[in-house]
This record gives sequence, C-alpha cells and structure tokens, in this order.
Amino acid sequence: MYQYDHYDQILLNQRIEQYRDQVGRYLAGTLSEEEFLPLRLQNGVYSQRHAYMLRVAIPYGTLSANQLRTLAEIGETWDKGFGHFTTRQNIQFNWIRLENTPGIMERLAQAQMHAIQTSGNCVRNITTDAFAGVAADEVMDPRPLAEILRQWSTLNPEFAFLPRKFKIAMSGTATDRAVVRAHDIGIHLYRDENGAAMLKVLVGGGLGRTPIIGAVIREALPWRHLITYVEAVLRVFNRYGRRDNKYKARIKILVQALGAERFAAEVEQEWAQLKDSPSTLTGAEYRRVAAFFDPPPYEELEDAELEDADPTELAQNEPEFRRWLRRNVHPHKIAGYASVTLSTKPGLSSPPGDISSAQMRAVANWAEAYGFGEVRVSHEQNLVLPDIRQSDLYALWEEATRQGLATANIGLLTDIIACPGGDFCSLANARSIPIAQAIQGRFQDLDYLHDLGDLSLNINGCMNACAHHHIGNIGILGVDKNGEEWYQVTLGGRQGMAATLGKVIGPSFRAEQIPDVIEKIITVFTRHRHPGEPFSETLLRLGLEPFKAHVYAQ
Amino acid sequence: MSQIIRSTGQSAEIIEDPWYVVRDPAGLDLPGHAHRIIPFQQWRALLENGMTPGAETTGVWLSPDDEFQDDLVQLIQLPLLAIDFPSFRDGRGYSIAYLLRTRCSFTGELRAIGDVLRDQLFYMQRCGFNSFAVRADKDIHDALKGLTTFSVKYQGAVDDPVPLFRKREQATLPDEAWEP
Repeated sequence: MYQYDHYDQILLNQRIEQYRDQVGRYLAGTLSEEEFLPLRLQNGVYSQRHAYMLRVAIPYGTLSANQLRTLAEIGETWDKGFGHFTTRQNIQFNWIRLENTPGIMERLAQAQMHAIQTSGNCVRNITTDAFAGVAADEVMDPRPLAEILRQWSTLNPEFAFLPRKFKIAMSGTATDRAVVRAHDIGIHLYRDENGAAMLKVLVGGGLGRTPIIGAVIREALPWRHLITYVEAVLRVFNRYGRRDNKYKARIKILVQALGAERFAAEVEQEWAQLKDSPSTLTGAEYRRVAAFFDPPPYEELEDAELEDADPTELAQNEPEFRRWLRRNVHPHKIAGYASVTLSTKPGLSSPPGDISSAQMRAVANWAEAYGFGEVRVSHEQNLVLPDIRQSDLYALWEEATRQGLATANIGLLTDIIACPGGDFCSLANARSIPIAQAIQGRFQDLDYLHDLGDLSLNINGCMNACAHHHIGNIGILGVDKNGEEWYQVTLGGRQGMAATLGKVIGPSFRAEQIPDVIEKIITVFTRHRHPGEPFSETLLRLGLEPFKAHVYAQ
Repeated sequence: MSQIIRSTGQSAEIIEDPWYVVRDPAGLDLPGHAHRIIPFQQWRALLENGMTPGAETTGVWLSPDDEFQDDLVQLIQLPLLAIDFPSFRDGRGYSIAYLLRTRCSFTGELRAIGDVLRDQLFYMQRCGFNSFAVRADKDIHDALKGLTTFSVKYQGAVDDPVPLFRKREQATLPDEAWEP
C-alpha cells in the first residue's frame, strides 16, 4: 500500500487547517452559505436530508486493516455505528455534525486518509479494479499510475472549478472490472507487441441523466504521458465545457457536441504543447510509487501442501461452504491463494453497502490473520480480502458467516447495487433501500439464485445514477410523479468491455409492484433459457419483447 | 483609490491601486483616472477605429467568453491584463491565465477581478495571477492569508512547472527507456 512521506502528510495537515478555518468563518458568518458550499463539498461534506454526510476517499478502493479500524472508530464516535460503501469505492457516513468534521479529518489524517475532492466540480477519487495486483487475468497493475494521478489531481489549481464533476477510472485487465467506459476519462493499461506499457484513453462516458458509453480518443499512448495527456483533456473541458446548464455540463455533452474526432483533435493540439514537459513521468517516480505495491511475501507451497490446502473436499459435505466457494472466492495469480468477496448484501438485515463498525473491525482482523493486512472496496459495494491462503478459506468462511458477511450471492440477483436513495439523499426522487430489500425478501432461496446464475440488478433513487442502473442487466430507476414514488425498469445493461446501456421496458411501476415485476422477468428467463445460459445472453437472444409482453400482460 | 493585493510569488502586500476598472464602456470618458482597465471588446473597437490607447496607461480585461486568440500579439504587450471571474465557481479564468503565461509568454501584471475571494487566491496565484482585486465587500487583509495556505504542491503549474515527483528523494534514479 502507498505510504505517505513528509510531503504527503504536510499537504494533508495544511488542508485540514484550511478547512478548519473555513468552517470557523462559515459558523461566524463571514463566509456565506454560497461561498462555503463548494469548499465543504471539495472536502467531502454534503448537506443531506437529516444531517451532514461525509464521504471519505478510499483511493482506488484500497484500505489497510488499520485504516478500516479508523473508519470503524469514526462510525462509532461520530455516526450511528456504521458506514456505507459506495459504487466509487468510497465510504459515506450519513449522520455527521458539521462542527465535528475538522476533527474527523484529523483522525483520518493520522491513518493517512482524507476526504479531499470526494465531491464538487473537480477530479474525484480515481477508481480501479478491486482485484488489482492479485487477479489471475491482470496484464498491468493499475495502482501505481492511479496513485500518481491521485497526487496530480489533488489540489490541482487549474481544475478545481470545472464545469462539472470529473471521474477517472483505470483498469489493467482484459476483462474490465472498473466500468472504465462509463467514466469521464477511462484508461486501459496494456502492453504492446514489444512489451511496452501503453494507455488507451476513452473520454466522455458516463451514466446519469444522459447515459453515454465513452469513445476512444487515443490509442497507444506511452505511460509516461499519462499526466500531460489527462491535463490536455481537462484543459479543453475547462475552457469549452458548458456552464449554462448543470445538466449539460459533463464532458460527455461537449464530446457529443464536437464529435469524438474533433474533440480528440483539440486534445492532441493542446497536448502537443505539453508533451515532454516536466510533468512527463519518470521511471524513478514509477518505481518509487510501484514499490509500495510490491507483492506481499507469499508462501511458496509444495504440490503436496497445495493439495492439502484445496478446500474442495471439505466442501463436499458442506453445501453452504460450497456455494460460498463458487460465488465469493476468486482465482489468485499465486498458487495456494485466493481472493474473497465479503458480501454487504445479506438481504433484509442490512441495506446494500452498509456495514457496522463491529463488522469493519472483524474484517480488519481477518485481513491480518489470513492475509497481509489489506482490504479492497469493489464498485459493487462489497469488500474484498485480496490475499487469503486457500487453507484458511474454511476458517474465514465460518467467521464471516457469524458476522453476516458470508452471503454466497456475489454476482447473483440479490447482490444488488443500490444508492442510499430517498431515505438519506436530498437529490433522490424515490427510496431505493426498501425496493432492494423487497426484492431480496422475495428471492431468499440461495439454491434458486445460484441456478439463475450471473445477474446484475441496480437500483437508483434518481437519474444521477450513482448506482449505475443503466448498466445493470436489470435496472430500476426511482422517479417522482406528482409527489409519488414510481419505478422505471430497464433491461439489457451490461458492464465490462462490451458495456451496454439498458432499455426502458415501458411505463413505470409502484414500489409494491416491483417484486412481482422482477419475478415475471425471471419467469420469462427461466422459460426460454438454454441450459447454463446467463441472463444477459438469453436477453440478447430474445430481445425485450417477450419480457415486455409478460410483465405488462393483463 | 481602492486597494489590491500584489504578489511577487515570494511575498504579497496590499497596495493602493492606480488602475480603474472600466465595467461600463460609457465610463471611458470618466475624468481623473489616468490608468484604465477597459473591456476587451472596447479595446478592439478602439483599435479598429485607428485609435491607439495610451500604451502605459491602458490595460484590458477579458471575460471568459471573449475570443481573444487573434489579438494576442498586441494584448501581451500591454502592461496589465485582467481576467474577470463572473462567479468564483466559474473556473475558466484559471486556464486562461495558464495559457497567457505559458503559451503566450505574457509577463506583465495579470490581475484577477470580479468574484475574487480569499479561498481561491492560492490556486489563482499558482495559475499565474500576480494581483488580486478582492471583492469590495470582503476584508482584503483577511484575504491576504489565502496566498500562503500550502507549502507543498504535488503538480507543476505556472508558479513552478516542476512537479513534486521530480524533487522527491529518489528522483535521481537512472531513467532512460525504463519500462514498468
């Protein structure tokens, strides 16, 4: 994990001093509400329905056990004993008092954490694959460049008042797990035929009100040009992005208006002036940062030990453990190890993405006992323990089961991605948590869920689409109709390299109809499914019509 | 005479301002102000009519909407350019300042005018502004503190184009053609 040096720490301390002073001036009345608003937002502080909300940055979704304990403490001391993990790999605390925020930031800083630029019209937290560095299919570890980009974007003087927020995602695998095509800038790391590290740059993707899949504007960019190229994109956006209408201000609207080709030409022209300037990356800096992400001291296991460690036999008489192995345990690049996803979606007992301080501490303990003290946050709002010895899987499963974090539903219908919705968020038009729980309540039979296989379901309380409903196989969007909550259903969204936006199936539904609607969709799927076919494939083969016909049948 | 903040990059002070910002073109005829910062459009109209505004006593202010690309050769010879912030949340002025300083090599006084507030001064200075007309209802002495908030900067900018990573301890490792 990246460790701060004195520069990082001084900068963070000065930022907290600045923010503490701003809060003081706001409370004293010398800083107006309007003037204070973007300042607190760029420190992660929102004003919500019941209280202030603090969104803490988890750079590229990586946490140490100690940092997770710090979050547990913050949840207990300043919130109601829990936190909510977001689709951008951050954590939110929903019951915060403004006066306490500078103190919370000081506590975070002690653990080398912050809430800088987790909101506001600036470059947000850089996100990536939750399995970075450990996935068997990884081509390049995205974390060193993500950290380098985090530093470049932090308190960047030119891009703090962009037309609108700006989200960057990076991925270094063949199968994209970071939704890079739905970001303002998406970056794919790969190696060319000579083994040189290259970037493919996509721009103008995003969900929200106007969902658009990003367009490739640059192929084969050598990695050293990462910062200057991103700077060129930001400068073009900052100068020409629309500022007259908040809903037309994202970079995707500019890219659409100019066309991807002309936009790319503008960027190339700007970049030509920056290329090879001092911001060009050096091998020394890459190595300095990459050293923090060196592989931990994995044990080299003999064949016999590997055989002993294999949990398959143990699973034969334990159907629940078997299910968990199948869904929540993922291949690791080192023999004898696995990555484990802890589900934050147990169903009725807790909303998607929420975990308690006690659970956070338990996860931190497991990360140390069974791994190398590291935890990841996935954009599906689950937690990942990246390095677990296979021989420890059973013990971990038992403990996680006791803590309610072992629901064997990763990638299944009940692994619902949901925003906090109308229960907390002041932007929401409708609630999401009760809808998620009603669906989870209807589909409780794990055997049945496993038979249904891979199926993503995303629920949003408004069209800002924090929960990415457009790219869920089934998407649910809350809308307001004359003060009443209604829900629109989309089908056919996909994430990954073939990211696709779902299509609306027809008129919206009342909350209480949604579990029936989902059941009808599943009925059509099971009726027409070829053996073993995933939902998204069946849907692609059949088209929307049979689903519409059954859902809206009189 | 009103006051402004003038910065050398190393230090900043509050001084009496000899310049008068002409917001309304009709104000061009206002007597008693030798030094004027006139709107870009007005300045262009004067040039087109064959008039030469006093070289030492005329500055121009740019709105973020102004298309000034074709007039840069003359603009950068002026002693003072100002960039207007119609709202402190409109960040175009930062990029314009960056471009004037780096791309166009403007070396005169570059002033932020309009909705100029303490909490943005640090960023403005980093983008090349060296004078600040703080919004009239704000305490300019309080605003002065905004220029010294941070001693560490990660990224290169106009004030220092060399990013922190080139100054860190390991920055001297051999580099040619190194690949991750």
